[in-house]
Amino acid sequence: MTGAPAIEVRGLRREFRVRQGLFAPPKQVIAVDDVSFAVPAGSVLGVVGESGCGKSTLARLILGLLEPTAGDVLVDGQRLSGMDRRARARLIQPVFQDPFASLNPKRRVRDIVAMPLLAQGSIGRAEMDRRVDEALDRVGLSIHQGTRVPAQLSGGQRQRVAIARALVLRPRIVVCDEPTSALDVSVQAQILNLLAELRTDLGLTYLFISHNLAVVEHIASEVAVMYLGRIVERTESESLFAAPRHPYTRALLASVLTPEPGLGVPDVGLGDIMPDPANIPPGCRFHPRCPVAIGICSTEAPKPAHGAAGLVECHLA
Amino acid sequence: MTALLEVRDLRVTIGSTAAVRGASITVNKGETHCLVGESGCGKSISALSVMGLLPRGSKRETTALRFAGEEIGTYGEKQMERLRGDRMAMIFQEPMTSLNPAYTVGSQMTEVLRRHRGTPRAQAVDRAAELLALVGITAPGLRLGQFPHQLSGGLRQRVMIAMALMCDPELLIADEPTTALDVTVQAQILRLLATLQKDLGLGILLITHDLGVVARIADRVSVMYAGEVVESAPTAALFADPEHPYTRGLLTCVPVPGKVKRGEPLGSIPGVVPRVTPGFTGCGFRDRCSQAHAACAGTIPRQAVADGHELLCTLSPGWGRQAAA
Amino acid sequence: MPAGRGAKLLRNPGFVIGALIVGLATVIAVIAPWIVPYDPFAIDLQRRLVPPSFMEGGSSLNFLGTDQLGRDYFSRLIYGTRISMVIGVLTVITSGIIGITMGVLGGFYGGKIDDFVVFCITTRLSIPAVLVALAVAALRGSSFMLVVLVLGFLLWDRFAVVARSTTMQIRNLDYVSAAWCAGASQWWVLTREVLPNIATHLAVVATLEMALAILLEAALSFLGLGVPPPLPSWGLMISEAKEYMFFEPWVIMIPGAALFVLVLGVNFLGDALRDMMGTDLSR
Repeated sequence: MTGAPAIEVRGLRREFRVRQGLFAPPKQVIAVDDVSFAVPAGSVLGVVGESGCGKSTLARLILGLLEPTAGDVLVDGQRLSGMDRRARARLIQPVFQDPFASLNPKRRVRDIVAMPLLAQGSIGRAEMDRRVDEALDRVGLSIHQGTRVPAQLSGGQRQRVAIARALVLRPRIVVCDEPTSALDVSVQAQILNLLAELRTDLGLTYLFISHNLAVVEHIASEVAVMYLGRIVERTESESLFAAPRHPYTRALLASVLTPEPGLGVPDVGLGDIMPDPANIPPGCRFHPRCPVAIGICSTEAPKPAHGAAGLVECHLA
Repeated sequence: MTALLEVRDLRVTIGSTAAVRGASITVNKGETHCLVGESGCGKSISALSVMGLLPRGSKRETTALRFAGEEIGTYGEKQMERLRGDRMAMIFQEPMTSLNPAYTVGSQMTEVLRRHRGTPRAQAVDRAAELLALVGITAPGLRLGQFPHQLSGGLRQRVMIAMALMCDPELLIADEPTTALDVTVQAQILRLLATLQKDLGLGILLITHDLGVVARIADRVSVMYAGEVVESAPTAALFADPEHPYTRGLLTCVPVPGKVKRGEPLGSIPGVVPRVTPGFTGCGFRDRCSQAHAACAGTIPRQAVADGHELLCTLSPGWGRQAAA
Repeated sequence: MPAGRGAKLLRNPGFVIGALIVGLATVIAVIAPWIVPYDPFAIDLQRRLVPPSFMEGGSSLNFLGTDQLGRDYFSRLIYGTRISMVIGVLTVITSGIIGITMGVLGGFYGGKIDDFVVFCITTRLSIPAVLVALAVAALRGSSFMLVVLVLGFLLWDRFAVVARSTTMQIRNLDYVSAAWCAGASQWWVLTREVLPNIATHLAVVATLEMALAILLEAALSFLGLGVPPPLPSWGLMISEAKEYMFFEPWVIMIPGAALFVLVLGVNFLGDALRDMMGTDLSR
């Protein structure tokens, strides 16, 4: 893929200290472990993985809601750490999962969308109104809907408000954290289409986090698969779906239930051990669930192999 | 053969909302019947009204509500209590809300059997351990002594299923049993349900909004919209030949890897599910339907498309193919 | 939906009754000097313990009779409303400022600040409020402002607990995250995103504390450690009446009933607010 990266993440790491009990020593949980990637301007990186794999922590680190333990996030070559919060806001904006929790219930839609402009503090009233109207129009909301409060809107409309709020500062990057998971399928399709349209029209770059591989396949040009804090495979969408190389990617793909009757429910072959970020297994962190693990997998962690097809972390790939 | 569950013309009103408007659903022994539709279309309310668990202030009417040939629509609360958890069981989307956090898995599971059957404790514990093993839980003895919060989401859902099976129910009603789970776990749980059904001859009424789940597990599908069953058919027939504009719309909304090219928009249905008040006539979907015409505000005919394939629509079966030709 | 919510409140009988009682008490408290038939402090030893006009032996001159010093009971009751309301409101303001500041800061910043706030709350909860009030009043002598200050400094704990827990919940909601991502300042997030959304919870606490303050003032005054005589506090009236209650039970029943009705009204208001919040949260 060509083009300078719009966003680049270098060696991002985040540890949490979790209290085990009143007297037990706190335990260290590594939620995000040495994550690096670059996303070219105008494209979409999908991040997939099970709950607890660190994808939401990754989103919060990139948005500056959490401080990384180590590593850097760069937008257009500028480091975000230490940057003024308002300057950062003009570069990168979020869209969250639950449209019922992401809008302040006490404010009207217009005020919610205007909030980032007001927080900038240097924009005149007329300019602000114009930008809010423009953002509402972009996401398909009427001026009339702008006077309502979130409780009067449907889930899909609320998510449009959240998108309008993210767009009003005309950012370079939008981080979408499960933006359609709380929505019905018909509304999900509307929102996915809107996001795709906005990306082409405004030249946005997305980081699209989801547990739904079918959704990610539809919108992302490149996909990163996360497992227990690490990216275990990252490659272009087409090749990931055509020829997954990591056994975990294969299992995730197998578990996608396409609406094709007669195929039955697939056996993903992962067993019933659940990944626990507080107890990361030695060697390859996936080996206890891996259907094809060999001896070395339980003792030695695989090195990331960068190749023409992207990155994969597996002894067998 | 008599159906295991037969619901005829179910109507539920909750306050000023007509939640279900004349839905008929039949579940045969050993069959999985899926109710599919968007939130607010009356799927869960239909299931709850079969179990006699409707919220207070709601009104239920049916012309028939038969379970294993017996009319249960007239049952009182005591009789329903005897039936629930015994011959018909229900599992919910979020197991944490239906498992009691203050009791161990073991005591909750054995309680069901002791209440309905008066089974001695030791025997009930054996049965619980046996079922936990059946639903694929390793070390069932250990799990019996644990509290719900000590289990992962997937394990909790398995415990819920095992608990529902304690009294060998004939009918299992599952309301979005895998929606809160990871895709990998979802596949495991659905496989488990399919296996159990084959082995135990269960009738399953499965409520979901996920057409992928429907396609892979259902024998029969009923698509609900605004409180009505707008289309009902054997699974293969429904996916091969969807007739109702809503069914067709839903199917185009689902992103399928390899089917819709990236950059091309998904199909979508404009608007949202309406809230329907009692006395509403005509098709509930007409405001969102691209095929709507004047007759849609009148009485909508229930038509037979093929054997076992019913359609509630003013369009005649096969309209889609004719339009395409 | 502001209009819809107002209509819903008006259909709630508890709210209507509570608002009527509290509204009436407020009006009476404000216009007390203009509506009293007599000077509530004027002693007339010739006419002591005259029963209310509707009782046997009553006089049409004194609607609710007179007390042991011949002061008009109705006028004293009305002035008593003023004292109860002022004490209630001032206590809520003092304790609200202390409690909300501490709770919001603890809930918002967490860490060391929160540890300190929790320590203060625990310390406060382990101090018996009534005993401290008694001790302070006994040491310093009773005065009106002292009662307000003592109650204000003792009743902030519930404000702090509620403000802290609601702030903690809201701090983690995505709309607060969105404000951070928009570059909003801490002050902005606190005043525009957090405070408006915990206000209803705090209003419920305010009604509870107001009722409690009114009762505590009455209790302190009854023990002779609250508002000093001859101020006509209801608690003081009950205290002064206790010697006569076996012969003239109305002297204790009248201020007692007034106290009961006002506290009931305030509690009704609080319950209605809480009900409304319930419907609000369930969307």
